[in-house]
Amino acid sequence: MGSRIVILGGGTGGTLAANRLRRVVGDDVAVVVVDHDNSHVYQPGLLFVPFGLTHLDEIVRPRQHQFHRGIEFHQAAVDHVDLGAQQVLLEDGIALDYDVLVVATGATLLPEETEGLTGRGWMEKMFTFYTPPGAVALHDALAWFDEGRLVVGVVDLPIKCPVAPLEFCFLADWYFRQRGIRDRIELTYVTPLDGAFTTRVAAATLAGLLREKGVELVTEFNTGEVDGPGGRLISYDDREVGFDLAVMVPLHGGAPYVGRSPGLGDELNFVPTDEHTLQARSWPNVFVIGDAANVPTSKAGSVTHFEGEVLVENVRRFLAGEPLDRTFDGHSNCFIETGFSKALLIDFNYDTEPLPGHFPTSVGLPLLKESRLNHLGKLMFQWFYWHSLLPGRDIPGIGSAMPEHGKHREPAPL
Amino acid sequence: MPSATFAGKVVAVNDEGFLENPDEWSEEIASAIARAEGIELTEQHWRVIKFMRAEYAEKGTGPTVRVLGKTSGVSIKELYLLFPKGPAKLAAKIAGIPKPRGCI
Ligand SMILES: Cc1cc2nc3c(=O)[nH]c(=O)nc-3n(C[C@H](O)[C@H](O)[C@H](O)COP(=O)(O)OP(=O)(O)OC[C@H]3O[C@@H](n4cnc5c(N)ncnc54)[C@H](O)[C@@H]3O)c2cc1C
Repeated sequence: MGSRIVILGGGTGGTLAANRLRRVVGDDVAVVVVDHDNSHVYQPGLLFVPFGLTHLDEIVRPRQHQFHRGIEFHQAAVDHVDLGAQQVLLEDGIALDYDVLVVATGATLLPEETEGLTGRGWMEKMFTFYTPPGAVALHDALAWFDEGRLVVGVVDLPIKCPVAPLEFCFLADWYFRQRGIRDRIELTYVTPLDGAFTTRVAAATLAGLLREKGVELVTEFNTGEVDGPGGRLISYDDREVGFDLAVMVPLHGGAPYVGRSPGLGDELNFVPTDEHTLQARSWPNVFVIGDAANVPTSKAGSVTHFEGEVLVENVRRFLAGEPLDRTFDGHSNCFIETGFSKALLIDFNYDTEPLPGHFPTSVGLPLLKESRLNHLGKLMFQWFYWHSLLPGRDIPGIGSAMPEHGKHREPAPL
Repeated sequence: MPSATFAGKVVAVNDEGFLENPDEWSEEIASAIARAEGIELTEQHWRVIKFMRAEYAEKGTGPTVRVLGKTSGVSIKELYLLFPKGPAKLAAKIAGIPKPRGCI
C-alpha cells in the first residue's frame, strides 16, 4: 500500500531529504514538501551581502526548482501538527495525512524577544545580517558609516552558524581597511560566552585573530536590552556597551507552529530529537533534520547535509520495520572567512572539538589555520550547495562521519 | 582529579569547581559552595537550585539562562540578582550538576 512522507520546510534540510528520499523509497510512496514561500536563500551568502561581495539575486533561487521529479511541493504555512492523528494542518485550510513526518522548518529569528531591539533605531542603527532584508539594509548603512564604534553582538545561543558573527568582525576589519578608514572605526565583539567560541582550542585561535585585527572582545555579556536612541547594549547585570552601529544576531527559536503542536517541541520550540538516529523523542514516525532539532551540535548547513544520510536511511528502515541506524555523530564542518581572501576551517563532532591538522586527510586543507585554499573552499561551497548538497549527493571523499585522519590530538594547552 | 572540601565532606570537582558526581551533592554542600562564591542562599535561590536539579535529572543537562527565565518562574533579571554574572553556570555549580552544555 502506498504511504506518504510529508516534509515540513523546503530549505536546506527539507530539500536534500526530499531528493534523497525520492531515490530511496518506492514509487508507491508519495514525498510531499511544504513551505510557506518559494524563495530558497543560500544563507551563508548573507554574510557577504553587507560588504558588497555578493548580491541577493546571486544567492536566491526558486525553491520549486530544487526538487527532483516525483516530489510534490505544496506552498502553504504550517499551522500545527496533530501527532496523534498523524496529520498536518496548513494555514490554507488543507489537512495532510502522513505516515512519516520529517520536520525541517529550521530556526526562526526572535528579535522582538530582546527589549528595545526592534524599537527605535531598528534597521537604522541596529541591524542583523541574518535575514535578506537585514543584510541589504546593512549594506547601505555600512556604506555611509565612516567613523565611530561598530558593535557586533550575539544575544544568546543557540544561533545558526555560530562562527558567522566572528566572520562579520573579520570582514568588517578588511572592509574598513579597503576604504582607508580603519583607524576611525572601533570594532567590538560582544558575546554571552566566556570566550570567543564555545570550544577551547578554537576559542583561543579565534580570540587571537580578533586581537590581531584589533577587534575588542567583550565576554559573558548577556544582552537584556538595546537602547537604540542612546546607542547602548545593556546586559542583564547592568553592564553597558556603547555603539554607533550595532550588528546583532537576535535570539533564535524553533518555528512557532512547533509550539502550537502539542508534544512536539521544547521551551524554545526546537524539537527534542535522538542525537544519533534523528528520530523525534515524541513520536516514532517523526524525524528531524537541520536547525529544527535540539541535538547538541552546530546549527549549520554542513551538519544538515551530514544528517541527510542517516535521516533518509532511518525513514527507509522505519517504513520497512527495521531497527534504526544509530551512527550520526554530530559531524560539523565550517569555513570561517577571515578577510583578505583567507579563511580558516574547523571540523568537529559531538565528542571531538575542533583541532588543528588537515582535512580530510593529512594532505588536505589546513585546519584551524588561515589559508587562501580555505577561502577558495568557502567560495566553492556555494556551488556545492546548489549542485551537490541540495540534490542530495555526497561530496566526494567527505562522508557523514567525521574523519579522524590528519588531526593533531596532542593535549591542548589549558 | 582535584577535590574540594565542602561542609566537611571531600568531593571530586573539575578544574572549574563543578562537582564530578551530582549524587555526592547535599543541601549542606550547596550552602558551602554558595558561601565560597559569596552568596547566602535564600528561599528564591533554593527554588532555582531545585528546579536545576530536577531539569538535570530529567534531561541530562542543566538549562541555560534563557530557558530558566522561561520555565523556572524566576525572571532573567532576578536570576542575575540571585546569581550574579552567570546565573546558569553559578546555579549549576551550587546545584552540584555539570556546567550547562553550551550550544556549539
Ligand atoms: C548568515 C548565515 C550564515 C551561515 N553560514 C553558514 C556556513 O558558512 N556554513 C554552514 O554550513 N551553514 C551556514 N549557515 C547555516 C545554514 O544556512 C543553516 O544551518 C541551514 O540552512 C539549515 O537548514 P534547515 O533546513 O534546518 O533550515 P532552513 O534552510 O532555514 O529551512 C527552513 C525552512 O522552513 C520553512 N518554514 C519555517 N516555518 C514554516 C511554516 N510554519 N510553514 C511552512 N514552512 C516553514 C522556511 O521557509 C524555510 O524554507 C548560515 C546561516 C546564516 C543565517
